[in-house]
Formats: sequence, structure tokens, C-alpha cells
Amino acid sequence: MADVAWLIPLLPFVAFAINGVFGRKYLKKHTGLIANAGVLGALVVSVALFIAQLDHAEPQSVTLWTWAVSGDFALDIALRVDALTLVMLLVVTSVSFMVHVYSIGYMEHDPGFWRFFTYLPLFVFAMIMLVMANNLLVLFVFWEAVGLCSYLLIGFWFERQSASAAAVKAFLTNRIGDVGFLIGLLLAWYVFGTLDYDEIFAQAPAVAAATPGMLTIICLLLFVGAMGKSAQFPLHVWLPDAMEGPTPVSALIHAATMVTAGVYMVARFNPLYVLSSNAMAVVAIVGAFTALFAATIGLAQNDIKRVLAYSTVSQLGLMFMALGVGAFTAAIFHLATHAFFKGLLFLGSGSVIHGTNEEQDMQRMGGLFGKMPVTGSTYIIGGLALSGIIPLAGFWSKDELLGATLLAGGMGYLLYALGASASFLTAIYTFRMIFLTFFGKTRMETGRFSHVHESPRVMTIPLIVLAVGAALAGFVGVPPEHGLIHDYLHDTFIAAELAGLVHKPSTAFVLGVMAVSTLIALVGILIAYSIFMRKSPAPETVAGRAGPLHTLLVNKYFLDDFYDTVLAGGTRGVGWLFAWFDLNIVDGLVNLIGLIVSGVGGGLRRMQTGRLENYAFSVVLGTALVLAFYIIMVR
Amino acid sequence: MESIPILSLILWLPLVAAVVVLFLPERRAMFAVSLAGTLLSLVLSVVVWVSFESGAGMQFRETFDWLPALGIQYALGVDGISLLMVLLNTFLFFLCIVYAWASVHERVKEYLFTMLILEVGITGVFLALDFVLFYVFWEVMLIPMYVLIGVWGGERRVYATVKFVLYTLFGSLLMLVAILALYFVHGNTTGVYTFDILELTQGTYGERFQLWAFLAFFLAFAIKVPMIPFHTWLPDAHVEAPTTGSVILAGILLKMGGYGFIRFSLPLFPDASELAQTAILVLSVIAILYGALVALMQTDLKKLIAYSSVSHMGFVTLGIFSFTQQGLDGAIMQMFSHGLVTGALFLCVGQLYERTHDRLIANLGGLAHRWPVYATLLLFFSLASIGLPGLSGFVGEFMVLLGAFMTGTRIFGVLAVLGIILSAAYMLWMYWRVMLGTLKDAHSRLEDITRLETAVLVALAVVVVWAGVQPQIFVELFSADTSGIMQGLAESGVSSAVIR
Repeated sequence: MADVAWLIPLLPFVAFAINGVFGRKYLKKHTGLIANAGVLGALVVSVALFIAQLDHAEPQSVTLWTWAVSGDFALDIALRVDALTLVMLLVVTSVSFMVHVYSIGYMEHDPGFWRFFTYLPLFVFAMIMLVMANNLLVLFVFWEAVGLCSYLLIGFWFERQSASAAAVKAFLTNRIGDVGFLIGLLLAWYVFGTLDYDEIFAQAPAVAAATPGMLTIICLLLFVGAMGKSAQFPLHVWLPDAMEGPTPVSALIHAATMVTAGVYMVARFNPLYVLSSNAMAVVAIVGAFTALFAATIGLAQNDIKRVLAYSTVSQLGLMFMALGVGAFTAAIFHLATHAFFKGLLFLGSGSVIHGTNEEQDMQRMGGLFGKMPVTGSTYIIGGLALSGIIPLAGFWSKDELLGATLLAGGMGYLLYALGASASFLTAIYTFRMIFLTFFGKTRMETGRFSHVHESPRVMTIPLIVLAVGAALAGFVGVPPEHGLIHDYLHDTFIAAELAGLVHKPSTAFVLGVMAVSTLIALVGILIAYSIFMRKSPAPETVAGRAGPLHTLLVNKYFLDDFYDTVLAGGTRGVGWLFAWFDLNIVDGLVNLIGLIVSGVGGGLRRMQTGRLENYAFSVVLGTALVLAFYIIMVR
Repeated sequence: MESIPILSLILWLPLVAAVVVLFLPERRAMFAVSLAGTLLSLVLSVVVWVSFESGAGMQFRETFDWLPALGIQYALGVDGISLLMVLLNTFLFFLCIVYAWASVHERVKEYLFTMLILEVGITGVFLALDFVLFYVFWEVMLIPMYVLIGVWGGERRVYATVKFVLYTLFGSLLMLVAILALYFVHGNTTGVYTFDILELTQGTYGERFQLWAFLAFFLAFAIKVPMIPFHTWLPDAHVEAPTTGSVILAGILLKMGGYGFIRFSLPLFPDASELAQTAILVLSVIAILYGALVALMQTDLKKLIAYSSVSHMGFVTLGIFSFTQQGLDGAIMQMFSHGLVTGALFLCVGQLYERTHDRLIANLGGLAHRWPVYATLLLFFSLASIGLPGLSGFVGEFMVLLGAFMTGTRIFGVLAVLGIILSAAYMLWMYWRVMLGTLKDAHSRLEDITRLETAVLVALAVVVVWAGVQPQIFVELFSADTSGIMQGLAESGVSSAVIR
């Protein structure tokens, strides 16, 4: 069955190639269908592969060709199919397909329609390859390739300066992370002598025993790459700006799939990470801090997509927190449920933007529910799932990872406090967003409000499908710790169990954590209700009351400004200095020598009769002298 | 196949074409002959590639006595390293002539003649197995390049071309001295006076002699690469050179420096190479970072790409002087890739300049609106230039970094990796300023590149993808030869460890 695995990446790639070559001139609107067909094909094969291996997902690999052999370095391009890959494939291809369908409606009037449907399947191809890679190099190749797709799609509307700026910012921030990743990869080859997953894992315990510091460094460097790709503090700054891209892109790449690559990577390397408690601690703390940090910023954003962007950063932080305490299954579980409900919320926000004629500012929305019932209802389902309300998908996964921090003990209590606070704020900003958008009195001008309309079916049906996913996906993890996903991924994450990181909770504990989580979410929603619904004040008044705190949050703690002035400005300054140095000192010296030589030459010329003889004479004399020096002095 | 002197054909066919061109009256006929000559050279190089046996040392050898009394021969031959360079060379020249069909309309005869002679000179450098022959080609090649920049160049072409020629001449004269010294020293110790490159590389030389001779060769090669601080001729030469001149300059001329280090410096002077290792690694890393930072500040497109070349060629010297198989293989792949990618980038800039008559980044913008095909191809080559995995640029950089990490002093590798952030910064910034945003009014009626121009760039793009996806096709050509060089180093007691 794994023999057909190569079809999964190939089909979207073929769609990309066809649309890229023939899209602009010949296919035009048909590019949408071709892209959809390619991604649907990938989805079907993934599901078939999943079902065929439901009981028994032994890791299998397919070698395609030899990449390069140089001395003792040898590397094959190989695909891997195992439980973790299959889970990721299901998530990636199913959400991708929904987004592809939706985009046919959303992008209908865009002149770049064919270009959009060229980039989108290219992304799906790259993401599929990323999760199917069987060694670090192939992983890195597609790690950067998805970054490229992200660049192309963020900057899709390239006539906007802000879109191009955001695209470059995303690429460069990711490259900073990738440098860490690449150094980690090179060190891994230096230490293990291989880049193949299984061979690295097999040697890991021996290496950990011999040079534990080296293993920690490798884990941390790879994690730097994950921080870039998955937008963790302090490399998170690109993700909110990435909202410059068309909304389906935000849903697919900047919420559901690509940004989870970092989480996937750490989970994939679980046999390595469990051997370094220091690296695990860093992963957990960075994740937990980012979760809370981003949630606070989310409270103050007025752009509906930016709220969701900070929410994504925050939720990814929770996943890393879970990884850091060894709760790998919980992290992947949350990754999967998050893909559905966050994909849904983004597509829903796109539907709102579409229906309100390009309005993104929630301060100028309100009361849209009546006009857009399908979008509104599905959005609320997504919001409830995000806030963690039982029995929606987000509840089960978030609850499990919060519980895991408590079970870890020690630092785990701090992590729980951070994670639970983040969840509390999540409920507040989510329902602030829902209330400001769909309920209360509208703050739109009457002329515009009357034109608000529900989106066409091609957009609402994906919303409904994803809403079903957001509602029910959690049941793959029920009962807690013993659901389908736990059994399925058990062998993949066996290393955590062997390292003693997995604690079996009692039923009372599980129920207790659930009760607390539910309470936190409900209180959050109630607070949002009492602020934004009960008296339904203008959002500006609420902001005014928050004072300097609001200034701090709305400016994202001024971190972006710091980067712009200090890092980017500093680099430019050094560049300017070097350019000056190059022109005036290095080249200046060259010209000076030229001047001196021609001055001497001029003097000689007066003494000699002709110029040519002069040159010939000096060349011969000089050569002879130097040659004599060589032969006599040094042999 | 044995009876046909195929390397001589590859080498001299362009000369035949050049002579014929002199007697032709018509532009069309002149181009037909030039295209035929370069295409035939390319096809024959591919024939050599197909029948080439990896790991069998120098092949397709042709040896005739030239001046037997002095031990000078007409000797040609290829191993995997030189074959790849010859392939790159004949490929780029063919594409340049195709490109010139669309763009060169003045002094066509002289132009084609110059280009074809230039091809002979460069091919000769990579094929020669006799030092005198090698040196003749090395110097001969300067003349057409001098003419190309001096006649078809920009405003400051005289300054640029004199600087280029004097600089390289200075380096190569010292090399000549070292070649002669090598001849005498080898003759004195063995009694065999010869310029045979293979025989001379077999010999062993005293450490003090090695050091001085190494320095002379070093200057010649370092100026060609160019290594910092010998690089300032390059931006000037590029800015003033006509498009195809830049393509050949960046595409192949720079590779002669790297080729020289690999073919001569390492095998002839292993002990001196070892002594110089740390210094050259430091210079390489400086080139990578400094070149990139200076590129970041350039306002002229050609200068930006020129400085990016300085940065990228830093990876070549870093790889070579890591004294590891991966570093050496990576350096060769980096040279190959840089030739394709930077050649293509200069073609792109040329096309842009012909339409807008401007190369200043600040005066451009939004061109993607008018030129979808051009925009796609320029983006493609920009990404290849910043080493996007999956394209050729990544392969060389990655393998060089592998080698650098094996030297034990990982700081060189770590610092070099930082270069990939900077390269992304200057290329994407350039692309943003030139292609994206709003279109200037003055450019609102310009047409996208023609089919012919597209075809030239697509041909390059295909090889860039090929070498990125399946580099082994190219690596296996020369890895036996590089491992031979590594073995030679090991026998001389040279190790890759920087700190001993």
C-alpha cells in the first residue's frame, strides 16, 4: 500500500505544474478545478492509506532516488509513511481541500485567479512532502519550500506595498529560524554521521550518554527553526503581518497547516527530545510564555484576522508547552483539532470580509448575524471550540494538554498557570470578536449594512463541513488518554513513555481538570459578554478605559518597532559602513597604487625613448629577477 | 571515438566559426555560423559527457610535441572537474550567442568574432594539460574580454577595462614566474624538464619553495575568484560590461580561480595550502558576510549582483580549503550553480536595461504588472541565488557547509550560514523594489520578454532545477577526481582540522 504513497505529493504537484504553465493564457478559471482535483486526489489516497493501515501503521519508507554522495556523506530522497505522517496527511489534505473549494468562490473576481490556484497546490505539495520526509535534509528542503509558498501568497496582491513588506518580513524571519535549523542539521550529521530519522533515533541514546550537551544543542537549534516556522516568541512577528495575504491563505497556511510544521518537527524528533530535559524545558517555557503573551495582544486587536492570527500564535504555544512536558500525543491532538476550528474561523472571517465588501475592522461591524446566519452559526461553533467548551473539539485536546502539565509536576504547575491564563484570555478575546462582529447594534453605515450578504454556497459548504469537524473531531481523543488517536500514535511516541514522561491520571484528576477548564472558559465568555454585550458600548470606549495597557497591547509590546529600528536598522548601518569602506578604502587603495605606478611609469617614460620598449624591458627584467630569486633562494 | 580528436574539435570549432564570420557580409549568416560553431561545441561536450567514464582520471587525451626541446606539449584532456566546467562554458556561450541575436545590432561581426575567440581561450584553460599551453590560454582570454568591455561597454568602460586587465595581468605574471620556477626546480631535482601538468603534480617540492610558489599562484587565482580584498575590479567590470560580457565574466571567468585552486594549488603545494588554510578560511567567511552586506546597500542592479558573486564565491574557497571531500565537491557544485544562476541574473538585468534603459533600483518598480513571464523567471533565479533548497544554489552551499563543519572549528561554518539570511535580504529586497509595488508611468507600455529570450532563461532554469533535485548526476562526474585530490592531501599529511 505504501507503494502508492508517492501519489499523494505528486497529484497536487501535477496540478501546480499544469496551472503554472497553461494557467495564464489558456486555463484561466479552469485552474480552480484542476487544483481542486489534485488536492482531492491527495486526500483520497491519504484516506485510503490511513484506512488500510488503521490497525497497523508500521513505519514504511519508499526510496525515490539518490540525492548526492560525497565521501562518507550519502543521502536518498525517500518518503516515509507511519502513524504520525498519516495523521498529518489527513489533517493537511482535508483542510486543504476545504480551503481549495472555498477559494473558488472567494477568489472568483480576482484577476490573479490562475496564479492563486498555481501557488496553492504548490503549497499543498510542499507541505505533504514536509510531513512525508524520511530524513532531515528532505525535511529542510520542504521546510523552506513551504516558507517560499507562504512568501508568494502573503505577497499575492503585490501592488500593495504592505503585502510585499509582510512577505519579505515573513521570509526573513523564517530564514533566521532556518539558520538555526540548518546549523542543527549540520551538527546532527557531524555527530550521528547520518540524517536519516531512524538511524539518528537509533544512535540517540548512545550520543546522549557520551555527549549530552551536544544533543541538547542540536535539539535547541532545531527548535529555533520551529520557533520561526511556528511563530513562537521572539520570532512570532511575521505571522500577524502575514494576514496581508488572501484569507483562504491565512486559513490554510497561517493557521491550519504550515505553522504547525514546527510542532510536527519536535514531535517527530521525540526520541531525541526526551533525552534532553533541558531542551524539553526550553520548549515548554517558550511555548507557555508565547501562549499567554500572544493571547494578551489578541485582546486589543481590532482587525478580525489579526485577532485570529495572535490566537494562532497562542494556540501553537500551547502545543509546544505540551511537547515540552512529553505529552506528544496531546500536542498532535490539539494540532489536529486546531486545524479544523481555526481553519473554520479564518474561512468564516473571510466570509464576513467577503459579505461586507472588504471590511476587516471589527469596530465597524456588529449585528451581522441576521444577515449571515450560516457564517455566524459556524463561526460560533468555531469560537466555542477555540474557547474549549465541552464537547467541541478544542475542549478535549486543550484539556488534555493542560492536564499533562499538572501531571508533570515541578515546573509543570507554572506551565499550567500560564496555559490556563492563556485559555482564560482566549475565551475573552474570542467572544469579544464574536460579539463585536455578529451581535449588538451594527456600527456600519446604513448604506453599507444593507448590502451585507451571506456568501455563496461554494464558500458556506466548506464552513459547514469544517464546523462539523470542529464539533466532532475531539471524539478521536475520547475517552481521554485512551481514544483512537492515543492508540494510533502510541508506538510513535513510545520514547516518552520509556523516558518516564507519561503519567497515567486517575479518573478524578481528569474530571477535575475538565471542570476547572470549563469554568475558566465560561467565566471568560461571561466577562466578554458583560463588557461588550450587556451595555454594548463602542469598542473605542473600552479601549480608552484600559489606558496605557491598551497602548502597550495594541502596539504589540513595541517588539516589531524594536526589530525594525535595532535589527534591520543596525544591519543596514553595518552594510552602509562596509559599502563606504569598500568604495573608499579597499578600492581607494587599489586606485592609489595605480596612480603611483603610472606616476613612476611616467617618470621612466621620460628617460626612455619609447613606451612599448619600456614595458617589455621592465616585464622581462622583473620576471627574470623574480625567477632568479625563486631558483636561488627557495627550492 | 579514439581516432577523433574530440577535445580539439570542442576547443577550435569556435575559432573556425570566428574566422568564417570575418568573411561574411550579412548579419543573419554571421549568426548562423556562430550559432553552429557554439552549438557544435556544446553538442560535442555533451558527447564527451555521455561517453565519459567517472573515476578513470584524465580522458580523451591528445598529446603532441610542440617544443620538445623545452618539454612543451600540446596536451589536452578532461577529468570530471574540467568536464563540468567545459559543459558550463559551451552551454553559456551558446546561450549568449542566441541572446545576442535578439540584442546585439551594432558591430555584429566584431562582436561575434570577439565572443568566439573568448570561448576558445576559456575552453583552453580547462582542457590544457601543459602549463605553457594553459598559460597561453589564460592570457589570451584577457584580450577578447578587454575588447568586449572596452568597445561594447558603458560610460566608464575605459577605467573598468584597464583596471580589470592590469589587475588580472599582475596576478598572472606572478603565476608565470612560479610556473617557470616549477619547471626548473622539477628539472633540477628529477632531471626531467617538462611543463606536463600531470607529471609536475606528481612531484614533491620543498616546503619553502611550495610556500613562495603557492603565493604566486594564489594571487592569480584569488584575483580571478575574486577573494577579498582583491575584488574591487569586479563591480566596475560588471557595471561597464555589456550583458553577455557580464554573463561570461560571472558565469565562467570567476570559476577559473576556483578551478586553479583545485587543479594546481592543492595537488602541487599541499604543505603550503595547509599553512594558508586558516587565513583563506577567514577571508572566505569575510567574503560571504562582507560581500552580502555590501550588496545590501547597492543601488545599481549590476553592482548588487556583482557583490552577491563575491559572497557566493566565498563559499567556493571555503569549501576548497576545508580540505574535505564534501567541501571540495560542494565548491565545484557551487561554481557550476553560480555560473548558471548568476549568468541568468545578468541576462535578466540586461533584458530589463534594454527596455527601461535604467539599472538603478530606485527608478524601477511594479514591473511584474507588465511582465508576468519575466517576473516569474527573475523570481526563480533570485530564489536560486539565495540558495533555496531544491534548486542548484543550495547543493553547493550545503555541501560546503558540511565540509566546513568537518574541519572541527565549526565557527567558520556557523558564520557562513548567517550569509544565507543576508542573501535572502538583498535579493528579496531587490525583487520587491524592482518588480512589485506600483508601476512607473514611464514603463507602462513596455513589453514582456520575447519567446527567444524566455527560451534562453528557461534552458538555464531547467538545469538549475535538475542540479538541485538530483545533484548526484553531476557530483558523480567528478567525485572520484576530488577524492583523488583528497588522497593526495592525506598522503602529504594534510588534515582537515584547522587547529592542530
